[in-house]
Amino acid sequence: MDDLEQIYQEMILDHYKHPRNAELLADDPVLADEENPMCGDRIQLTCQINDEQIEAVRYKISGCAVSRASASMMSEALQGLPIEEANDLIEQFVAAMRGERELDPDWHEDLMALSGVRKFPLRVKCATLAWHGMAKALSERKA
Amino acid sequence: MVSTVETVVQSALDVERIREDFPILHQTVYADKPLTYLDNAATSQTPRPVVQALVDYYEQSNANVHRALHYLGEQATAQFEAARASIANWIGAPAPQNIILTRGTTESINLVARAWCDAHLREGDEILVTAMEHHSNWVPWQLACQRHGATFRIAPITETGELDLEEFGRLLSERTRLVAVTHMSNVLGTINPVADLVKQSHAVGATVLIDAAQSVPHMPVDVATLEADFVVFSSHKMCGPTGVGVLYARDGALAEVGPFLGGGEMISKVGDTESSWAELPYKYEAGTPNIADVVAAGAAVDYLTHMGLDRIHAYEQELTSYLIERLDSLPDVRIFGRAAKRGGAVSFEVSGIHPHDLSQYVDQQGVAIRAGHLCAQPLMRRLGVPAVSRASVYLYNTHAEIDRLIAAIEAAQRFFQA
Repeated sequence: MDDLEQIYQEMILDHYKHPRNAELLADDPVLADEENPMCGDRIQLTCQINDEQIEAVRYKISGCAVSRASASMMSEALQGLPIEEANDLIEQFVAAMRGERELDPDWHEDLMALSGVRKFPLRVKCATLAWHGMAKALSERKA
Repeated sequence: MVSTVETVVQSALDVERIREDFPILHQTVYADKPLTYLDNAATSQTPRPVVQALVDYYEQSNANVHRALHYLGEQATAQFEAARASIANWIGAPAPQNIILTRGTTESINLVARAWCDAHLREGDEILVTAMEHHSNWVPWQLACQRHGATFRIAPITETGELDLEEFGRLLSERTRLVAVTHMSNVLGTINPVADLVKQSHAVGATVLIDAAQSVPHMPVDVATLEADFVVFSSHKMCGPTGVGVLYARDGALAEVGPFLGGGEMISKVGDTESSWAELPYKYEAGTPNIADVVAAGAAVDYLTHMGLDRIHAYEQELTSYLIERLDSLPDVRIFGRAAKRGGAVSFEVSGIHPHDLSQYVDQQGVAIRAGHLCAQPLMRRLGVPAVSRASVYLYNTHAEIDRLIAAIEAAQRFFQA
C-alpha cells in the first residue's frame, strides 16, 4: 500500500463521502466551535449527555477529507461512553496521532484507518481538529 | 522573412537549457514521479550560478562589511555594495542609496509601517489598501493605524478579481496619508495598474507603497516610471536565496523619518543620552546584514537579466494561458480571478475536493502546488471560500508539467468523487 492509500484508506473515504452524525442537534447548545487557523477548517459540536454518559455527538464541519472522516469516526467512537472514558480516549487518540503512542486496536475499529495520517505531520492537525473540539465541549459542559 | 524568423527564435527562452541550471528540478519523488514544481509564487528555485555565488563568497571573501579594514573586509564590502548597485540598476532606481536591504518583503513593509508612520501618520488620517493584499501588506498597516488612531480602509475588488477602480478613487481623499497596494496578487494573479494608482494617490497628497514581491521576479519593473514612493520585494521569489528583502525608497521619501531598528552600522555618532544616524541607506540597516545572501541575490539579478525579464514575462504569459485553458477544460473546476492583465499565479477550486486533499493527492504524483488561505484571509472571505489551491509558474516550467498537473487533478477527481 503506498502512502497515498494509507492516508486515504477505504474507511476514511467512506466516512468522508458518507459522514455519520453530521448534523447539529437543533435543541442543544453548540458546546464548541473549533477552527484550525492554518487552513480555516472549522467544526461546531453539540452533544446529548445523560447521567454522565454520552448519548450522542452531532457536529457541523467544513474541512478536508481527513478532518471530516475523523469527526465522523469520533462521533461513533464516543457514543455510549461515560464522560471520563471519553476524555481518556480523546487524550490517547491525540497522543497517538502525534506519534507519542500507538493506536489501540481495542478502540472503535474504524479509527485504525487514521494511522496512515501520522506519516504526514502537516495533516495531523486535520485528524485531531474534531477531538480538540470535543475536549473543549466536554469541559465547557462541566463549567 | 528568414531574418524575422531567426530573430523570433533567438529571442525565445531556451527553457530546456535553463532547466539544466536547476539541479533540484531533476529528481524523482515518491519512488518514480518526476518532480513538478508549481509553487513558485511561494518561493522560486535557485539556479547554479546563485548557489555558486554563495559558495564563492564563503570560500573566498567572507568578512563583516563596512568595518573590517583588511583584505577580506574590503572584498566582502565591495561585493555587498555591488549587489546593491545591481539591484538598483535592475529596477531603474536612480542610485544604490535608494536601495535598503532587509530580510524580506515583510520586513521592508514593517520598516515603512513603523518608521514612516511614526513620523507622518496622525489621528484621523487614513491608510488605504486593497482587498487582494497579502497579510504582510495588511497587518503592519492595521497595527500602524491602531497605534496612531488612524483609519484602515479597504478598496474592494470586482467579480473578475480586479481592483474596483471607481471605488478606489472614491476612497482616496485628503485624509489618505498612505496607499499600500500589490503590483500582482499572489492569489488572483491580477496585475494592478500601479502607475495610474500612484498618480491618483499623489494627486491627493498620499504616499504610495507598492508590494512588488510577485511582479519584480516575472516582468520588467521600472520604479522611476512607476513614480512610487516605496517598492518592496524579496530575493527568494526571484531565483535568489531566502533572507533578503529590498526596500526601494524614492529620493526624499524617508526625509524626516526616524530610524527603524537601532544598533551598529545605522549610527553616525553615539552619545551618552542620544545619538545621530547614518546616511541612507545605512540608517535602516542596523546590525550585520545578511551579506552572503545579498551577494547571491546580486547573482540572481545577473541571472534574470541575462535571461531577459521581457522574454521571461512573454514565456510565462503563454504558459499561464495554457494552464488556464487546461484548467477550464476540466469539469467542476473554478478559477478565482479573471483579470485581463495577469501573471502566472492561478488559484482554483475543484468541487467536492478540499484544497488540502487535492494538494496532498497531486503531491503524491510529484506535483507541488499550494493549498490554503495563501496568507490572504480577507480575500478568502470575499471569495467565499476558506482556502484555495494555487499553481504558479516560473521561467523553468514547461507545458509538459502543466499536463502532469492536469492529469493529477483528473486522477484526484476520480479518487475522491467516485
